[in-house]
Amino acid sequence: MYKFVIKRILFLIPTILGVTLIIYAVMNITPGNPGQAILGTGVSQEDIDAYNEKLGYNDPFLQKYVRYVKNMIFDQDFGISYVTKQDAFTEILPRYLITLKLAFLGVFLSAIIGIPLGIKAAVEQYKLWDTIPSIIAFLLAAVPAFVLGLVMLFVFCGWLNVLPSYGIGSFKHYIMPALAIAIPPAAQNFRFTKSSMLESIRQDYVRTARAKGVPEKQVIWKHVLKNALLPVITQVGLSLGTLICGAVVAEEMFSIPGVGSLIVERINYKDEPVIIAGTILIAICFTLVMLIVDVAYAYVDPRIRAKYTKSRK
Amino acid sequence: MDQNKAASPAVQYKKASQGKEIWRRFRKSKGAVIGMIMLLIVAAVVIIGPIFVPYELVGKQDWANYLAKPSLEHLFGCDGYGRDVLARVIHGGKTSLGIAVLATVTSCVFGSILGAVAGFFGGKVDALIMRSLDIFMSVPDILFTMAVVFALGANFVNLMVALTLTFFTNYVRLVRSQVLTLSEVDYVEAARAGGARSVRIIFEHILPNSVGVIIVNTTLNVAKIIIYESTLSFLGLGMPPPAPEWGAMLSEAREFLTTAPHLLLFPSLAIVLTACAINLVGDGLRDALDPHLKS
Repeated sequence: MYKFVIKRILFLIPTILGVTLIIYAVMNITPGNPGQAILGTGVSQEDIDAYNEKLGYNDPFLQKYVRYVKNMIFDQDFGISYVTKQDAFTEILPRYLITLKLAFLGVFLSAIIGIPLGIKAAVEQYKLWDTIPSIIAFLLAAVPAFVLGLVMLFVFCGWLNVLPSYGIGSFKHYIMPALAIAIPPAAQNFRFTKSSMLESIRQDYVRTARAKGVPEKQVIWKHVLKNALLPVITQVGLSLGTLICGAVVAEEMFSIPGVGSLIVERINYKDEPVIIAGTILIAICFTLVMLIVDVAYAYVDPRIRAKYTKSRK
Repeated sequence: MDQNKAASPAVQYKKASQGKEIWRRFRKSKGAVIGMIMLLIVAAVVIIGPIFVPYELVGKQDWANYLAKPSLEHLFGCDGYGRDVLARVIHGGKTSLGIAVLATVTSCVFGSILGAVAGFFGGKVDALIMRSLDIFMSVPDILFTMAVVFALGANFVNLMVALTLTFFTNYVRLVRSQVLTLSEVDYVEAARAGGARSVRIIFEHILPNSVGVIIVNTTLNVAKIIIYESTLSFLGLGMPPPAPEWGAMLSEAREFLTTAPHLLLFPSLAIVLTACAINLVGDGLRDALDPHLKS
């Protein structure tokens, strides 16, 4: 088992390097001019050129990339923002934590809404608890998170006037954004849990358990759930991708000072260092979560565990 | 001779019935038919609508109609610039649907080729493609698209490139797994034992048998891209103004949420109904094309 974990952690290194390379390369397609951007307009061309030279801006791409990664890993140095002239990392960090808070709140909500309803729907297939949530989940699959957010704003702020429409002052501020971004993945989780449960219910060992006379409740809890929920772990982990997308939208819509709204705002100013840093930091967090999901999956699934110990003896 | 005569009508019958059989199964599902009708209406409005509603109306500002409520003259009302919302929804649909369909086709072609190459050649090629794909997929979609749009600038072609690069990954995995499973099945093995060459196996057995899955995925993908693209244009990363887009219209509607809710209603309905119709058709197609999968 620990060999699997180590192997998986080692794979993290090329992944993070690759992710950084992709983002850095995409951002460098169009030539910018950091000297001009940082020093401003009232500076002579020689000073700008000298500054660009000092930054190593005219070096070949790979050299720049290697330096960027070195600075990133050893000094947490992501460059200087073109807009605020501050260190990009210190500017992003507090916003980064807010985005993570929002995204993980979304993951949590989507899991506790979607999974229990999915279980209930599978156990009572074709009954009320199955049909109604299924129809709602189907409809929600066609609704973008930002439309949900707008409708909530309309209902809770414009109409009922019970929730604050922007900012992050209190717990109340998180209700709408978190729900708006959690509902679409909750619908996904619901459908996934339901089909996984249904598949598991049809297995032979469930029929055997029932034939033995095991009470229905125990059949569901012990035999079906244990097997059906394994793939759901991966699904919940993957939904973090959807939730990051949602978080960017929600930050923009509810004026939450997170990384997403920062990136969207700075795109207009061509603030490359901040955009690259924000994107890379979120991507790293995403890869770390995928690592945890993979390890957790291998840990709880005896089949994978057994396969691994057998082949690696 | 006699045997041949007896066999040939049977073969013909089988060939003629394949499409009919799928259509019969498709028709049986109520949801699929409803979705199909909805989709035809949306398509008609988006394709035929522009003939009756000239493009000039999209940008025509009229302060007398500032936030006008829906009326006979302006069926969907007017927006904060006094522009006709109906015209904007119709022309916005043309943009949004056009982008979604085209981006789906490009990502399907690009992804399928890569997936087929990976699955068919296997070994190092496969490992290289799949590991790169893993890394590619570690960048959250929205951030990747934003980076591409940022680097290239927002216009139709660049948006297409960004969406293709974001959505092709699904097809690589799908087609690769299809190729891998199908090259193991008995009839392919039988064909190989019978001396069929690789080209024949690919075009006679593997392709026709994976077309169904690809069609279903492509259909559902159009809905995904519509939603995704509307999100992009909501964030201001879609087509540059004044091109109307459903997402961008909703972004403008934010200012007037309480004063003019019709600005929120109609573009949202357009997105949700279109995506819903496509999902219904996609699910119907899946059941019709592959009855085994029906749960």
